[in-house]
Amino acid sequence: MSNPYAKLPGWAEYGLIPLVNLVVAFLVAGLVVLLVGENPLEAAYHMINGAFGRGEYIGFTLYYATTFIFTGLSVAVAFHAGLFNIGSEGQAYIGGIGVALACLWLDKTMPWFVVFPLAIVGSAAFGALWAFLPGWLQAKRGSHVVITTIMFNFIASSLMVYLLTRVLKPLGSMAPQTRTFEAGGQLPKLDWLMSIFGLDLGNSPFNVSFLLAILAAFGVWVLIWRTKLGYEMRTMGHSPSSARYAGIGEARITVIVMMISGGLAGLMALNPIMGEQYRMQLDFVQGAGFVGIAVALMGRSHPAGIIPAAILFGMLYQGGAEIAFEMPAISRDMIVIIQGLVILFAGALENMFRPAIGRAFASIGRRSAVAAQTRGA
Amino acid sequence: MEFFHTIIAILESTIRVSVPLIFAALAGLFTERAGVFDIGLEGKMLGAAFAAGAVAAVTGSVIMGLLAAILISVLLSLVHGYASITQRGSQIVSGVAINFIVAGSTVILGEAWFKQGGRTPALAGDARFQTVTFPFADAVKDVPIFGPIYSNLLSGHFILTYVAFLLVPFSWWILYRTRFGLRLRAVGENPGAVDTAGISVIWLRYRAVICCGILCGFAGAYLSLAMSAGFVKGMTAGKGYIALAALIFAKWRPVNIMLACLLFGFLDALAIRLQGNPLPLIGQVPVQLMQALPYILTVILLAGFIGKAIPPKAGGIPYVKER
Repeated sequence: MSNPYAKLPGWAEYGLIPLVNLVVAFLVAGLVVLLVGENPLEAAYHMINGAFGRGEYIGFTLYYATTFIFTGLSVAVAFHAGLFNIGSEGQAYIGGIGVALACLWLDKTMPWFVVFPLAIVGSAAFGALWAFLPGWLQAKRGSHVVITTIMFNFIASSLMVYLLTRVLKPLGSMAPQTRTFEAGGQLPKLDWLMSIFGLDLGNSPFNVSFLLAILAAFGVWVLIWRTKLGYEMRTMGHSPSSARYAGIGEARITVIVMMISGGLAGLMALNPIMGEQYRMQLDFVQGAGFVGIAVALMGRSHPAGIIPAAILFGMLYQGGAEIAFEMPAISRDMIVIIQGLVILFAGALENMFRPAIGRAFASIGRRSAVAAQTRGA
Repeated sequence: MEFFHTIIAILESTIRVSVPLIFAALAGLFTERAGVFDIGLEGKMLGAAFAAGAVAAVTGSVIMGLLAAILISVLLSLVHGYASITQRGSQIVSGVAINFIVAGSTVILGEAWFKQGGRTPALAGDARFQTVTFPFADAVKDVPIFGPIYSNLLSGHFILTYVAFLLVPFSWWILYRTRFGLRLRAVGENPGAVDTAGISVIWLRYRAVICCGILCGFAGAYLSLAMSAGFVKGMTAGKGYIALAALIFAKWRPVNIMLACLLFGFLDALAIRLQGNPLPLIGQVPVQLMQALPYILTVILLAGFIGKAIPPKAGGIPYVKER
């Protein structure tokens, strides 16, 4: 795709523009807070305090961030190949089956470090399976992945209601959830990591899957920028026609990328199921797949951007709960608005401020060139 | 006779649940035929339903409610238009963003203004659409076969229901028999050619997006002013996506859209009816399967197993004039 905008220095491209977009998104969110009749600054104070004020709060923030790193990576991997995977939500939901099966099977007999790898493989496999069909349908049958993944989200949701109310629910129980896992199905918390910084984790569910998320982020970086497959993916994302000309199998890449994307989304299920609730509940994904879209857009699809973006959304989720507690007029739905605004300004309107910033850079560049000339003379 | 009455009852609720789908799918038809994909139908419908419920509750006038719904929906459409036409951003991303912004703000604003847990106050009297009874509907009620069809199935719906069904031929006429419609379809297939003919692609697409906003406004107003008496949070419950599925299922054609919406509405009505009752020959069908069926059918259609759904050629691609 041709880029009609002037080239900016790297720090402006990857730092300044996302920052400006983010600030605008938050300013608009502040307007909504004003409309509700509350003080935006006070809300911001409660949010930051609620997200970082105590070791326990930080634990919750990072717990949410873990989830969003997985879904953000999932969306980003697909973006690199020019595919928009809106289905991370459904893939994460289906991925939960893999986690639940591993835990239900072995939690009574095996320690967590045996169950965990199996759950990783299971969740990734189920997530990848749910993404395989949309990918295959786009590659071979020409149906667009955006539409199919939306449809698959709804199908996943119906399927999971069926499974949790009819199949996976223990006999005699009314609640649509699996039984609670024994010790083998419970991931250890990262107390030691927090105590290095002198923080107390409290009741927060910050667990080992955070380390897996960091590992996955590194893995995605290696995949995209250090492997042949990653190169082929990026070629296809930038220009499908040149990819075709270079002999890159479009169908093959589409299917593989969708499966990797789905697998990453599936891994997300580890965090809430094995890390917090110790059972699979109805609707445990809670929109994390969609947050992944905002995270990937804000992090510019780069793992180094996705991790801070995920932490920011973790902060919104945890701090948002605190705002809801302190200022009842602002419920947690405020986060949904902010999420939408971030997607709008960092995604769809990402070029809105680019011409102005580009002009500013151009004029600064001219001025310094002139200054250099006069100094030289 | 018992069976006949059951059929009539199911068909009646089919019509009731299909109406918002028809409005929303026709809304999608206008933008997508002009080359602007819109997965924000859900959000626009929800925003319109909230505006309608809130304004009708405050002013006590159903017309004001409808106008507010259209206004909000058109404004949201213009945001989508600005992002995807003027700023040439991703149309999908913009649609997703609008869905989230609306989902959150309707709850926050509704709670702040009315303090009823995200609902708007219950509407009654002039603040809500009333059903229309056809002449002699009561008189012919007991005539076998014809009676129930006339007085239950055809008569006794909201005015917006009839508007929705009349909009189907009207949309067809606009798209296929007017100059505006021809240009609109052309801009979705080959915007370069339209531009060469000296017609503004940008303005044409904006008009298509505004049409979409107006129709989504009707869809939302139907939900909160006719189908229910007031706005409930998240009341669209995925109808915007079902409408999108219907639009694709109908291969972007007006009459097919009506049939697809009726089919999906029928599945919905049947699912409610069948809850707990086994189906003859097939036995017990899980409700979840019925609920997922519209999506499954759309996926199968898209995969080219039932005919082929070919989207407008320039759909999803922002138009860049040659420089």
